[in-house]
Amino acid sequence: MKDGLQSPGVSTQPQAATAKLETGPPGSECLIKIGGDWRLSGPVPSWSATLEQRAAASVRVVPEGLGKWDTSLVLFLVHGRAWCAQSKHDLHAEALPEKLQTLLKLVAETSTPGPIDKPIVRSSWDFAAALAGTWASHAKVIISFVGECTLGFVNSIRKPRRFRWRDCLIEMQQCWASSFPIVTLVSFLVGVILAFQAAIQLRQFGAAVFVADLVGLAVVREMGPMMAAVIVAGGTGAGFAAQLGNMKVDEEIDALETLGISSVDFLALPRLMAVTIMMPLLALYGNVLGILGGMFVSATMLDIPSAAYWIETQNRVGLSDVASGLTKSVFFGLAVGLAGCLRGMKCDRSAAGVGTATSSAVVTGIMLIVVVDALFAMIFNVLGI
Amino acid sequence: MNGEPPENVIQVKHLTCGYGETVVLREISFGVHPQEMLFVIGGSGCGKSTLLRCLIGLLKPLQGDVSYFGENFTAADPGQRREILKTFGVLYQNNALWSSMTLAENVSLPLEEHTSLSRKDREEIVALKLAEVGLSGSGELYPSELSGGMQKRAALARALALDPQIVFFDEPSEGLDPITSREIDRLILRVRETLGTTMVIVSHQLSSIFRLADRVIVLSRETKGIVAEGPPTELAITSADPRVRDLLNRDDDSPKRMRQPASGRLDGFSK
Repeated sequence: MKDGLQSPGVSTQPQAATAKLETGPPGSECLIKIGGDWRLSGPVPSWSATLEQRAAASVRVVPEGLGKWDTSLVLFLVHGRAWCAQSKHDLHAEALPEKLQTLLKLVAETSTPGPIDKPIVRSSWDFAAALAGTWASHAKVIISFVGECTLGFVNSIRKPRRFRWRDCLIEMQQCWASSFPIVTLVSFLVGVILAFQAAIQLRQFGAAVFVADLVGLAVVREMGPMMAAVIVAGGTGAGFAAQLGNMKVDEEIDALETLGISSVDFLALPRLMAVTIMMPLLALYGNVLGILGGMFVSATMLDIPSAAYWIETQNRVGLSDVASGLTKSVFFGLAVGLAGCLRGMKCDRSAAGVGTATSSAVVTGIMLIVVVDALFAMIFNVLGI
Repeated sequence: MNGEPPENVIQVKHLTCGYGETVVLREISFGVHPQEMLFVIGGSGCGKSTLLRCLIGLLKPLQGDVSYFGENFTAADPGQRREILKTFGVLYQNNALWSSMTLAENVSLPLEEHTSLSRKDREEIVALKLAEVGLSGSGELYPSELSGGMQKRAALARALALDPQIVFFDEPSEGLDPITSREIDRLILRVRETLGTTMVIVSHQLSSIFRLADRVIVLSRETKGIVAEGPPTELAITSADPRVRDLLNRDDDSPKRMRQPASGRLDGFSK
């Protein structure tokens, strides 16, 4: 760019850029002599400082010892032209190098693009209406997606051979493999933490053995399924969103749709099924580890023999407690899967869209888990389970 | 067929498409004749891709309708829609091969979904399709293991899997070098000659347009509609609209290159 703008045949010694003003008789023409090297990186005169409120019928710009020049000179002249247009002066720049003239003409022709017509939000009422509209359309998308999944599920019960079992098995394997180590660690530690907390209180009453009751119930009814669900939401749910989002960006989902293959049946259902099957298994595994965590603390810190701890747990924790936790975890799985698949399939067609979809899947997933948990807490309370 | 000339395989009537409040194309109508090679061209942002998305049913038109073989696609119920979808294949700009499946599985999936062929028959057809596009023996590769040109071929094989009567192409030579792009053009010509497929191609590759097109439709962003329609060579010279002439003579910096016959160019390269 710079080379193209340079005037040939000048010395390499840089000269300070100058713009000298010469005023003729009042009311006639004033002359601006431009000289030296004009560089964007160096100091250059400004038009307004040069002209200083001088009144003249016209302004003529001529080169005098003009060395190398770049966009800074063009900018100087553009300012000059704007100034002249505003104060109704004539600007004569015919004596300047031809390249400079061409550039000036180009700048004049290039009009700035007009504003893109977008609906403008005017008042806070409009803003509220727009927000409500957005929420309504979000709700519509979620409801229609859940509906499509339900229809797809009914169809695959009717024709089980059409269900993509292979994809489902692969996803189940992935889900287990990615969540297994973290569920192990987190569940064990949750058991440890609960045991410590309980021990501090219960020891005051000499009821340390009831640590087993507390840990057992808390883990089996709440923490086991909940922790497994949060871990799966962060790993597998986010994975679904990223994978499907990428497929959307690469038009792979469009390719399915134009072949008349439902992308929900083909992509979402196997994943939903996989995560719904795996979630109770992970929750059950988490339950075992949580109880082991409590047992570890009791044996090492509270001097309760493991056998006693185990018997106490067996006495207190019934099958209905385990079943209630596992029932919840089935729905947690459904929630995580739905959030992941929905966010992925409705992802924007850009790299940023995939990122947003992924984080949104995790947030939506965890939010749904808590909502589902609260609903079940109410239901179990009413039913007395 | 509703008074329309029966020879049109695709009939677009008063189609208005866009996104939400924004109208991209307004009230456009055109037809596509059997075995025709129709190019849809225009400057950036003129709605070429939007039109394509409307034609293949990925975008619901705001108004108007699209008919295939006299059957209304826009207002079709799911069953009819599925039948119509089987009559055309689409080659996407990014190829859109399913990345978790091998090439053979990619080509085989449409057959699995829409036919009751046995596994063995399907495998044979897949091998045949891959051979047609010059990819025989690559069935076990995954899309990521292929070059851009090979991916394009594989995507064409998938688009042709159900022997569609129409194939839509979205920028078939985008991102390919001139040689590969020319090979793809040749492949497209061969497919039409051997299978008699109607082709609708969205592109702005001038060389491809002059090599392949029977007819072009020029869309304009300003008028949100069709500004010209006809054989490309004719439009390039005789169009009354300077924008259309401009669009079709974009290589005015190197006029020699454009006047030279395409084959000559390639021979020169290979020597």
